[in-house]
Amino acid sequence: MSSAASATGPAMSSWAPRTLLRRLRNGDEIAHLITLICASSILLVTSMLVYQLWVNSRLPRHEFGWHFFATSVWDPVFEHFGALPFIYGTVVTSFLALLIAVPFGLGAAIFLSELAPRKLSDTFAFAIDLLAAVPSVIYGLLGIFIIVPIMRTVVEPALKKTLGFLPFFQGPAYGVGFLTAGVVLAIMIVPFIISVSREVLLVVPQDQREAAMALGATRWESTWKVVVPYARAGILGSVFLALARALGETMAVTMVIGNDPKISASFLAPGYTIAAVIANEFTEATGDLYLQSLVELGLVLFLLTFVLNGLARILIVATQQRGGPAH
Amino acid sequence: MKKTLALFIVTLLFPLTALVLRAKPAHVAPTRTPVPDTVLINGAGATFPNPMYSKWFDEYRKVHTDVQINYQPIGSGGGIRQIIAGTVDFGASDGPMTDEQVKQFKDARGANILHFPTVLGADVPTYNIASVKGELNFTPKALAGIYLGTIKKWNDPEIAGANKGVALPGDDIVVVHRSDGSGTSYIWTDYLSKVSEDWKNKVGKGTSVNWPVGLGGKGNEGVTGLVKQTPNSIGYVELIYAIQNNIPYGRVRNSAGVFAKANLNGVSTAAAEAAKSMPDDFRVSITDAPGKDAYPISSFTWLLIPDRIADATKKKAITDFLRWMLTDGQKDCEGLSYAKLPKEVVAKEMKAISQIQ
Repeated sequence: MSSAASATGPAMSSWAPRTLLRRLRNGDEIAHLITLICASSILLVTSMLVYQLWVNSRLPRHEFGWHFFATSVWDPVFEHFGALPFIYGTVVTSFLALLIAVPFGLGAAIFLSELAPRKLSDTFAFAIDLLAAVPSVIYGLLGIFIIVPIMRTVVEPALKKTLGFLPFFQGPAYGVGFLTAGVVLAIMIVPFIISVSREVLLVVPQDQREAAMALGATRWESTWKVVVPYARAGILGSVFLALARALGETMAVTMVIGNDPKISASFLAPGYTIAAVIANEFTEATGDLYLQSLVELGLVLFLLTFVLNGLARILIVATQQRGGPAH
Repeated sequence: MKKTLALFIVTLLFPLTALVLRAKPAHVAPTRTPVPDTVLINGAGATFPNPMYSKWFDEYRKVHTDVQINYQPIGSGGGIRQIIAGTVDFGASDGPMTDEQVKQFKDARGANILHFPTVLGADVPTYNIASVKGELNFTPKALAGIYLGTIKKWNDPEIAGANKGVALPGDDIVVVHRSDGSGTSYIWTDYLSKVSEDWKNKVGKGTSVNWPVGLGGKGNEGVTGLVKQTPNSIGYVELIYAIQNNIPYGRVRNSAGVFAKANLNGVSTAAAEAAKSMPDDFRVSITDAPGKDAYPISSFTWLLIPDRIADATKKKAITDFLRWMLTDGQKDCEGLSYAKLPKEVVAKEMKAISQIQ
């Protein structure tokens, strides 16, 4: 490449190519451009995706308008479509998953980074990375054959007995439903939280710990009050990565959620998520309105992810202002 | 700005030039081209008959080495869409095309679409009640009531009346249906629409419907899994799936008043009975067929073929295959647990092949 440049270089008389060539010899410019292309291609793919979803959901947008978000009927035969039960199911299962996975994952990450010997920590990290690579259909099967029976015979009756006065734990215990989907999702996203949080906690400067100890803090106080807050942005990042996976998860959820598009206050009731209904019905969907309504659901999921991610950014900024680490 | 643009173009062009330079001198190795007179035929559609179709296309290739048929089991909906769009030579579907879809095809392709029944399928009710070991009898009214949510308990008179001497529990019925769009659901809802006005008006028939009650399981295996695990549950699965996996299932009362246990014979009989009043385009539902041996929740699955095929060699290959499928091909059915077409239907289809021009 450099020989080609020097061969053609002197022949050129105009200033622009000469400057160009001079700049090209400078590796920084090339790196700048290549990485720029990489980054902008992501933006390009995203915008093309939204554009396609938008164009291909024209019919239901005209037919239902904003009612699409407020209707809870999904009737392919009489062609009434509403996204509300699916939005509800997606948000509830993801929320339950985070509720279970975040304390658990963060606890594990703290142990592995702060308390466990380095060798043990690395072995664990390897196992956790393996766990993150297990295909979701495997988690789904695991859910059907192991978690669902346990939920139906042990967990759900116990919840009904102790917390049955709350609306969240009422109704028949089928074993499948929001709670089971939340548990399976939690198992799936915990590796992400542990893996990323551990890395983030490990790079907290040793000075921070020593300074805290020097002020008389115990090991736990230094971990909880200094190290964890220092790594807060990274930990939140891991949580949002996990949330993104929970929102978009399809196979594992559809196998354990009961696939019933209804809105119920009870976590024990069956529900449905956006990704699950698209996967279930897309192949056999005939009729343009039906098909395009499924595409619009895709758009809704995109919007939902966008909104939740936006909230995440705001949360990070807000917590940083309250005296997080200096960046 | 200009400079950046120029830089951008140059950076893009460099790898391209490199590629061109490298590609030029290298001689392209002779690729294995198909034998010139091999006819390639593409099809797509229903998943239910896929094992049968794969076997047929494979067997046919053995006797006719010059014809290769590729089939993609992408679902009935996809099969119908693709044949209308003209991206495949034939489609396949578990439900007949609607009048609207037939018209769409005509508008788009300027030809008529022909339906050719290939094999038969059936749905069976499967259940899990600890105290019941034998086969339960279901009346059409009971099945419709259970799936509408109006019959809530196992000891409901409508169920108990048909099962004298069986100790039915007073527990709530847990209803299970398919969550994915499928021909299996189409047959089931088509049957319920025929035997229950309420069902027809409130729910209707389709590959996916708005189920009044119940849990959704993904695929035959998902429904079976839920039924096996949930006490006092009922679900429906494909007959072939039930036979191959030794899943116990109940009898259903047919229109002659006999409680029929589903088997391949009963399904073929239902088709033979229905053939007597079958329209010439074969777009017919054979659920709730007459005849005392007929199993009532049965259905054809169809190949969708245009009646005008411009390419003469393709036309010959497709019509030859149809003739083979209706004669020699049918012998392979029972080995794979598919019910074969009754001879009345085969005779009628043989005549219909001549419509392909």
